Amino acid sequence: MAQIIIRNLRKDFGDFTAVKSSSFTIEEGEFFMLLGPSGCGKTTTLRMIAGLELPTSGEIYIDGEDVSQKPASNRDIAFVFQMFALYPHLNVRQNISYPLKSQGMPKRQIKAKVAEVAKLLGIEEILHKPVSGLSGGDRQRIALGRAIVREPKAFMMDEPLGALDAEFRERMAEDLRALHDRMGATTVYVTHDQLEAMQMGDKIVVMNHGSVEQFGVPQDIYDWPATIFVADFIGSPSMNFLHFNGSVNAGDSAVALEGQVFEIPTQLQSCEGEIVFGIRPEYVSFDQNSLYRGDIIAAEYLGTTQIVTLQSRNGTLKSRIPSAEPASVGENVGLAFNPRAITLFDKKTGAALLSEGNKGVLDNG
Amino acid sequence: MSGYSVTEPSKRQKWIAGLLVITYALVTLMPLLWVIATGFKSPEDSIAYPPKVVFQPSLEGYVNLFTTQTRITPDMEATLTPPKTWYEQIVRDKGMVIAGASRYGQRFLNSVIIGFGSTFFSVFLGTLAAYAFSRFKVPIKDDLLFFILSTRMMPPVAVAIPIFLMYRQLGLSDTHLGMILLYTAVNLSLSVWLLKGFIDEIPLEYEEAALIDGYTRFQAFYKVVLPQAATGIASTAIFCLIFAWNEYAFAVLLTSGTAQTAPPFIPTIIGVGGQDWPAVAAGATIFLLPVMIFTIMLRKHLLRGITFGAVRK
Repeated sequence: MAQIIIRNLRKDFGDFTAVKSSSFTIEEGEFFMLLGPSGCGKTTTLRMIAGLELPTSGEIYIDGEDVSQKPASNRDIAFVFQMFALYPHLNVRQNISYPLKSQGMPKRQIKAKVAEVAKLLGIEEILHKPVSGLSGGDRQRIALGRAIVREPKAFMMDEPLGALDAEFRERMAEDLRALHDRMGATTVYVTHDQLEAMQMGDKIVVMNHGSVEQFGVPQDIYDWPATIFVADFIGSPSMNFLHFNGSVNAGDSAVALEGQVFEIPTQLQSCEGEIVFGIRPEYVSFDQNSLYRGDIIAAEYLGTTQIVTLQSRNGTLKSRIPSAEPASVGENVGLAFNPRAITLFDKKTGAALLSEGNKGVLDNG
Repeated sequence: MSGYSVTEPSKRQKWIAGLLVITYALVTLMPLLWVIATGFKSPEDSIAYPPKVVFQPSLEGYVNLFTTQTRITPDMEATLTPPKTWYEQIVRDKGMVIAGASRYGQRFLNSVIIGFGSTFFSVFLGTLAAYAFSRFKVPIKDDLLFFILSTRMMPPVAVAIPIFLMYRQLGLSDTHLGMILLYTAVNLSLSVWLLKGFIDEIPLEYEEAALIDGYTRFQAFYKVVLPQAATGIASTAIFCLIFAWNEYAFAVLLTSGTAQTAPPFIPTIIGVGGQDWPAVAAGATIFLLPVMIFTIMLRKHLLRGITFGAVRK
């Protein structure tokens, strides 16, 4: 298993730049998520790590070795494709043993290895079957088996659960994570599903338009987003954005909206002009004494909690509150924000303003 | 249910459909049956009018096809030992003896060498070219593909004279190599285009999986792409073989002896000892066999090949 370092990685396809100067480090044994909307360059990044695309510039180090310009076959990594890409002319056993055959491993040893992997994945019963006609879940397991069997330095997975139906997805997600924990293999996983990324990843890179927006552990990214894009992309419902004109100075620990003073983490950066006040729905609560008011325009019941949509002077916002709390459409309520989880953004650049709260997180990324 | 139903056709509909298919098959097969039947008729029966549907089968046509014969006088016949084999007997009954083998076998062998040889090269080169066009960034790819296709836009015979002159200069006239090169050149455009279509359909992920699994690009090509292109390769091979096998115009023009193929040879049988229709028919029948066998062998692939693209997998 290996550490993977990505430095200033760039990929151009003609005039189109798919990946602009990405840098991040994947530690040994990490389950690492490349997250972003479609077309953000996450798959291209993965393919460059795997060697299926060669970078235009920049370096990729696997285990300390610069592999940027090496062909895929010399990188000793495994790849799980979204559409499985099992060899259709081979049966299950042959598919799994294919990478071992390329290494010239003796037959007896191959057989033992395949048996071991089949047992691990619970596919011993179907080893003799042709791959066509198997269910999506079985195919996915075989694709995994083919990846695991050669004990590569790292696993690349390109939306491996994308082709499965919802019911199966969840189970495979759990299985995948469990498998990873058992093997401790460095895994790079591409997904556009932020829930999947939060649920499975040790670390997440959020990409947009070919650039890395933020890089860190899920909790940090959720609590302290580095940009408006990340704040909006992560979380369901996403972060609330209240737009206002004004100025914030370094050292400030409160802002006033509509005459109501809200405590915020102490700011370390000044900004003037259009500022965005970001707060997660679960940190918005009702407070009849607050001067900051909003009209309830919708309430969605979700079992233990409910999502209340409000119209305020600075835009619509959502609040996640216990279902027991009364909230009826049309009602005008006062709002309070938990000061620990507020991020201010400069609207012009989209970047978060540095504060005591996000300092530790943003200094890393 | 508006204007579209998936119900089982009625018995009557099935009958009508079956009748139509059988009628059509009979019409198209008629000439073929006629040729095969004529091959087994005696020369008299073959030109009888009205035509004989029921006749005494005879192998005289086949014997005439494969042998050259000389007429003998009754005196001479008395000095000869009685015929040892059935075919000698057939010839002796006509008052003739076998003088030697005819050139049909040689011509047939030429057809096999040239037909299968050019098919092999068309498919081999076509597969490599199609793979490159399908997978790699080739400069001016579209123009090249159009250029390749454009070689098919006129009938090949249109260039017969230049090729005739060129072959004479190069010493390729009446050689196996010359004919193989010619048919390969004609077939290559078909083969590149057909195979490119097939290879385009094979998802790139299979090769990428093979590359990741530690195989080189070329290994990925022949271990993963080729087995999946088998259908396309088989149907392309059939089309190439059928063209090369049946080609007549160039064969007449460019071959006369050593490399002459069967198609220009068969009509010359007519002139040998009167109009020997059974021998011509026998020659045609035997000539049909290799393509038939080849097609039947690959028929599983062919069916999938021709309907290819009609149904999404």
